[in-house]
Amino acid sequence: MNEAELIRILSSIILQSAPLIIAVSGEIITERAGIVNLSLDGSMLMAAMTGFVVGLKADEAYPGSGLWVGFLAAAAVGALFAFIVAFGSIRLRQSQVAIGFVLTLLGDDLSAFLGQNYVRAPGPVVEHQGIPLLEEIPVLGPIFFDQSIVVYFAFALVAFLWWFLNRTQPGLKVRSAGERPEAAFARGVDVNRIRYLYTIIGGGLVGIAGAAYSLDVKLGWSDGHIRGFGWIALAIVIFGGWAPIRGMVGAILFGATRTLASVLQRSFPEVSVVAFNTLPWLLMIIVLLISSSSLTERLIAMAPDRLRPPLTRLLRVAPPLALGTRFEET
Amino acid sequence: MTSERTRAQKWIVWGWPLVPVIAALLFTTALLLLFGASPVVSWQALWVGAFGDQAKVLSVLAFWIPLMLASAGLLVTFTAGLWNIGIEGQIVMGAIAASWIALTVQLPAPLQIGLEIVVAMIAGALWAAVSALLKTRGGVHEIFSGLALNNLAIIFTNYMISGPWQPPEGGSFRGTAPFDPGALLPRFADSRFSPLSLLLTVVAFALVFIALRGTFWGLKLKALGRNAYSSFLLGVSSERETVLAMMFCGALAGLGGAVRVLSWFDSLRQSISGGIGFLALLVVMLAGYRVVVVPFIAFFFAAVLSGSITLQLRTQLHSSLGGILTGVMVLFVLLFGDPRALGIFGRKKETEDELPAEAAALQHPTGSSPGEK
Repeated sequence: MNEAELIRILSSIILQSAPLIIAVSGEIITERAGIVNLSLDGSMLMAAMTGFVVGLKADEAYPGSGLWVGFLAAAAVGALFAFIVAFGSIRLRQSQVAIGFVLTLLGDDLSAFLGQNYVRAPGPVVEHQGIPLLEEIPVLGPIFFDQSIVVYFAFALVAFLWWFLNRTQPGLKVRSAGERPEAAFARGVDVNRIRYLYTIIGGGLVGIAGAAYSLDVKLGWSDGHIRGFGWIALAIVIFGGWAPIRGMVGAILFGATRTLASVLQRSFPEVSVVAFNTLPWLLMIIVLLISSSSLTERLIAMAPDRLRPPLTRLLRVAPPLALGTRFEET
Repeated sequence: MTSERTRAQKWIVWGWPLVPVIAALLFTTALLLLFGASPVVSWQALWVGAFGDQAKVLSVLAFWIPLMLASAGLLVTFTAGLWNIGIEGQIVMGAIAASWIALTVQLPAPLQIGLEIVVAMIAGALWAAVSALLKTRGGVHEIFSGLALNNLAIIFTNYMISGPWQPPEGGSFRGTAPFDPGALLPRFADSRFSPLSLLLTVVAFALVFIALRGTFWGLKLKALGRNAYSSFLLGVSSERETVLAMMFCGALAGLGGAVRVLSWFDSLRQSISGGIGFLALLVVMLAGYRVVVVPFIAFFFAAVLSGSITLQLRTQLHSSLGGILTGVMVLFVLLFGDPRALGIFGRKKETEDELPAEAAALQHPTGSSPGEK
């Protein structure tokens, strides 16, 4: 394998992981505020379909507007699904998990029905746009800076989210709503308002991620177009320890399995294609085991003293304390 | 005046369950209109597709049986506070195991069928046990392990169909060659319905009913589902009961998978479960975890799903409409099913809020279920 080929593979991995990074970031904001939006798989399918179909229609009416309108419509759909989860759990006091799961199945069927006339139709495509100067950097340039705007958005989002959660006042409020809602409330934070707001914003990002598939990474629409990716994003949030940068690493890891499967298939044609399809799902179980099993705890305990704190930071994750619980003002 | 108000309240409470049903019908009708289909023609097609003639009714019944088996199993796992989303994979593994016996073993018919069923149940139970152990030993939530295992089971099916069990006429990705007639469940009058599977379903459902209502095990599962930590303090082994509940459900799902290959089809097919496991999750949620209503809701769902195939043929619309109808219905019931939670007659009583975080959010899916005391 020569250098040019390696660079091509790496840049494809980055492209494949970009929508996952966006979806994971969206779900991280939501869960850091204390709400689990389990509907990701369904809302991403709906958003992918909506973004594609609306973009197509908008292009017919006003040529050139398709992409922006498509992404906007997809964000609205994602936000709507997230709003249903927030409203059902905060106002109607029902289970987030149950609502999210039903929305997952509903989004799947609804996207298949609403998108039925657009299966495999050609539509708007996000153009690749290298960043001047940066794309000239050897190796890194072609991998990171000769991509589409979706990729730049994904990485900018991670940086912004890290700064927002860890270095700003509103970010602190989000974290307090997810960790200790009672204490936050006592300090004057309107916990449920924050939860509504960031569930909806997170859902909007999930919607953008869905459209990023249908308009850029996995072009077009077909039944169950990106089925399963939403669940993978939810698993990455756990593996990522609800932190933006770790979440990004997890998303790249999963993006790599897709590219790797096709590369390995070419190198080992005698192995059934099936074997490579299992990769993301085996990886899902393995990463969740690493982040939550007691075995990891024992492994860390066996390590030399000096290695223990960094190992703990690397391997252990803990959810926001009040994740998935209701908060009632008293 | 107060008596008049209470009478009105009674009517609202009594008629309330109809509201989500009507809302779901209106929603799907709006979708039909959006796509230029006549609602009258469409609903008629759905009805004819489900109950038009004897063959259609038998087909609904044949679809209902594995759905019922899966729902019965899920009643057990939901009672224990477990989200067994992996049930889809357990059905698939049951189907693969039954196909394995059907393709490789030659026995007199009753023994052959008996062996197929037993092996299918074992396969389903073992696949469920993986999920359970990943939860108790590995701390992996059963939703995620279940999802991964579902996909692995489906990939495994595709591998078997396209590889070792490929039909002799060559590389179709659709399914294995039809099994020997002696390996199939005896079917009723050229339909896909097998009376034997109905008998097994009735037995399974009765077992679940008795286990949940009248046994110490059922009580332990309830304790586990309500509050895992305090039931641990009371001496309920959460690992033991979690694994047992999951394996019980997996065994019934595996049996459902066997019914799919041995009577619905006559071979192992690509999407062998056809989403029956997920549908069963919706059935049990819509039933509000009440055992007695499960068969009726499962039958209603089976009718809608079977009918939507005729609807597709007549209107050229995507058959996912049936799934949309059932999904919207469950969503509306989850959101608005309890009139007290809406604040129509003052707030709901705060009983569930005493539960710890995990139990409230992930383990007790709908809060309080109205009909159960």
